[in-house]
Amino acid sequence: MLLIHCPYCEEDRSELEFRWAGEAHVVRPENIAAISDEEFAEFFFLRNNEKGLTYERWRHIHGCGRFFNAARDTVSDRFLVTYKAGLPKQPVPVAEKFAAIAEEKSVETWEQTEGDAR
Amino acid sequence: MAELGSTIATRSLPLSGAHGGSAAVRLEPAAPASRISLRVRAEDVSALSAALGVDLPVKPKTSAFANGRTALWLGPDEWLVIDEGESGLMTAAANSGALHSATDVSHRNTAILVSGKGAADAINAGCAQDLSLDVFPVGACSRTLFGKVEIVLLRTAEDAFRVEVWRSFSDYAFGLLSEGARDAAL
Repeated sequence: MLLIHCPYCEEDRSELEFRWAGEAHVVRPENIAAISDEEFAEFFFLRNNEKGLTYERWRHIHGCGRFFNAARDTVSDRFLVTYKAGLPKQPVPVAEKFAAIAEEKSVETWEQTEGDAR
Repeated sequence: MAELGSTIATRSLPLSGAHGGSAAVRLEPAAPASRISLRVRAEDVSALSAALGVDLPVKPKTSAFANGRTALWLGPDEWLVIDEGESGLMTAAANSGALHSATDVSHRNTAILVSGKGAADAINAGCAQDLSLDVFPVGACSRTLFGKVEIVLLRTAEDAFRVEVWRSFSDYAFGLLSEGARDAAL
């Protein structure tokens, strides 16, 4: 079971209390009526789905109920840092980053096992 | 009110007749109480505290008790206020003169009192939180999960907890607590 640090409750809680809430730091356009359909689709539908370090919104739905932001490594599933909603993108602590990269190398991905198969 | 005679429906409590527990844990349905779910902005907390007669705690996982009322911190701007005596919570909140949202949830919730030396173990049967006295001292409270249902947990004494649960889930919560109580006595 993952433990996730809630920045509002100020302690680690079980993952069962949390819900994922999509990509973080998606900025709503200033004048949404003026943008083109393509720009709207980019804002509204399209997400980066990055492999590795991603910034996500999470909600402590069965605890304090608050939304917050988290930097998570999608390969190792490790939460690198969590911070309150409304704050700018927080840098990931260097030590955490290296730990995540080291862990990532040990994970067998499709590319490693199947990617070069002819 | 008009006399309704024998046609009036008798109101039975959600957990009336429920019994469980073990040598280590005592389980009992709590007496009916009035409760409000309260949302207040930080700048209006003192006004609501004065109106309700209990200081709304602003530190996570803490509660306050005064004048028969308990205020439980649920979130940065959210509290559950329980009054075990005469009600008047809604009126008191309305008379505060400050902007707030109060919802009467007296009949949505019911409570189970869990006590005895195995009380924490019985709750840990379905709740992942650390209930040791260092981390969850007397007066600590938290909204959390118990098995599949959401509860609000309040530690009323070193070996006693109040489990606030929605009434339609109370049967499940009581059943799971009974199993936890049996395990705690082994």
